[in-house]
Amino acid sequence: MMTPSPALLEVKGLKAFVESTEILHGIDLGVSPHEVVAFIGPSGCGKSTFLRCLNRLHEETPGGRAEGRVSLEGQDIYAVGTDPVRIRRRIGMVFQKPNPFPSMSIFENVASGLRLNRIAKGIELEARVEAALREAALWNEVKDKLDASGMSLSGGQQQRLCIARALAVKPPVLLMDEPTSALDPVSTAKIEELVIQLKKETTILMVTHNMQQAARISDRTAFFLYGDLVEYGPTTKVFTTPSDRRTEEYITGRFG
Amino acid sequence: MNWRHWLNRLFIFGVCSLALIALVPLFSVLFYVISHGASSLTPGFFTSLPAPVGEIGGGIGHAILGSVVLISMCSLISIPLGLGMGILLSEYSQKPVSRVLGVVVELLSSIPSIVVGLFAYALVVRPFRGFSAHAGAIALSMIMIPLVARTTEEMLKLVPRSVREAGLALGLPKARVILNIVFMGSMRSLTVGVILAVARIAGETAPLLFTAFASQHWFQGLSEPLASIPVQIYTYAVSPYEDWHAKAWGGALILILMVLGLNLLIRVFLPRRKDG
Ligand SMILES: Nc1ncnc2c1ncn2[C@@H]1O[C@H](COP(=O)(O)OP(=O)(O)OP(=O)(O)O)[C@@H](O)[C@H]1O
Ligand SMILES: [Mg+2]
Repeated sequence: MMTPSPALLEVKGLKAFVESTEILHGIDLGVSPHEVVAFIGPSGCGKSTFLRCLNRLHEETPGGRAEGRVSLEGQDIYAVGTDPVRIRRRIGMVFQKPNPFPSMSIFENVASGLRLNRIAKGIELEARVEAALREAALWNEVKDKLDASGMSLSGGQQQRLCIARALAVKPPVLLMDEPTSALDPVSTAKIEELVIQLKKETTILMVTHNMQQAARISDRTAFFLYGDLVEYGPTTKVFTTPSDRRTEEYITGRFG
Repeated sequence: MNWRHWLNRLFIFGVCSLALIALVPLFSVLFYVISHGASSLTPGFFTSLPAPVGEIGGGIGHAILGSVVLISMCSLISIPLGLGMGILLSEYSQKPVSRVLGVVVELLSSIPSIVVGLFAYALVVRPFRGFSAHAGAIALSMIMIPLVARTTEEMLKLVPRSVREAGLALGLPKARVILNIVFMGSMRSLTVGVILAVARIAGETAPLLFTAFASQHWFQGLSEPLASIPVQIYTYAVSPYEDWHAKAWGGALILILMVLGLNLLIRVFLPRRKDG
């Protein structure tokens, strides 16, 4: 691109559809490197859909389609001829529901991205799997049963396994869709710590229904409502002096 | 409280009785075949050629070998093709090729096996002027390919979309997600499907009657007629000789044992219950 944009991620007029239903009505938003952005908003307002548009996963939904511009480091990821696979290698994702690979062991799950994309093998692979499991606060619970099936873990453990799987490939951008909604307070605290630490290397976009969590860890907060981005700004400002009445009502729990 | 208890008892009793009734034919077939066939099962029965009419002894070793050859050839053709078609049907179901293929597989699997035999006769036996193992294997494949394709399709469709999405989100190309995650992850159930298909074709007689036909000799090459257990049973069973009838029962017993063996083998591969 001719003029490199200061933003890492630049979203312009993004609309998302499923069949003929418009789910996102033109979103404009920019994210700078090493930022943590929290996405809040009532259930069904399009937060997950928005994240899924950023790694071109929305188009894998039957009938799913996106319009508009999303550029990653100045390059339009929806430009004709862009391979979604290359985009997804730079944008990792943790899903709202844990989805470990059912037939793979714990180790293989975490190793899958590195192994199948031929990024690492042997001792390096083992080291990176261990590091990712430690970061996801799961290592101590699974270090003696790395060969057990990923499905044998509890729901919260599976979620941390999926976090480890996404971390292992060290993506420069990480999308996290309610990563702690199934976790106990201790694991949640560890994941929050992880997010703050990861900021040094990664940019994180995280959906959360937990206002305190958004306030604790994010630099900026985006408030979605019925497929629109109602408010987007520094977290402290959004939480203390929101410019939109609806944001204030939502944050203070007086909404709807 | 109490009547619920009795109702429950009654229900269990009813279900068990029905299960028992269903078992009656199975066990009577088994019992009948064993009681008529067991006496034929001497070591020689497995290893020797049929004796000329009137002579005592001889076996169906050639037919056992023939069946093994036919099943192997058919598997060699049908497993890769069937698995490939199954992947196409399940993973690329939107593609026009896949839709057409779906119809073809559906039609193929509903053709009666005798018609499959006639078709293979017209397609292979006539042009090449003679019954052959090739023709037999092709006829059996026309039955096995749709079986494998259908089960593969169904097994792969059981893998949830969220799992595929997890693979895609890791930056894996679609083909790799399909192969390494969806396909490899369904290995156990796919193996079961393939074994069931083998068990199914092992007993097919009609498609072989006009293709591999029959033979009184050991395997003589893929372009020659080839004996098989089901056709041998048929030949013996329709004969007027008492001794041959006994041999037909012996062959039937071997066939049943083979299929039972395959079904037991499936137990080994059945997808394990996920612990926890
Ligand atoms: N596959 C789909 N088919 C049809 N509609 C869909 C599909 N996925 C999402 N939607 C619709 O899109 C809207 C936004 O869904 P989305 O999952 O993005 O919401 P969300 O903000 O993530 O909600 P939550 O907080 O409950 O996770 C919803 O109204 C939903 O009904
Ligand atoms: Mg969501």
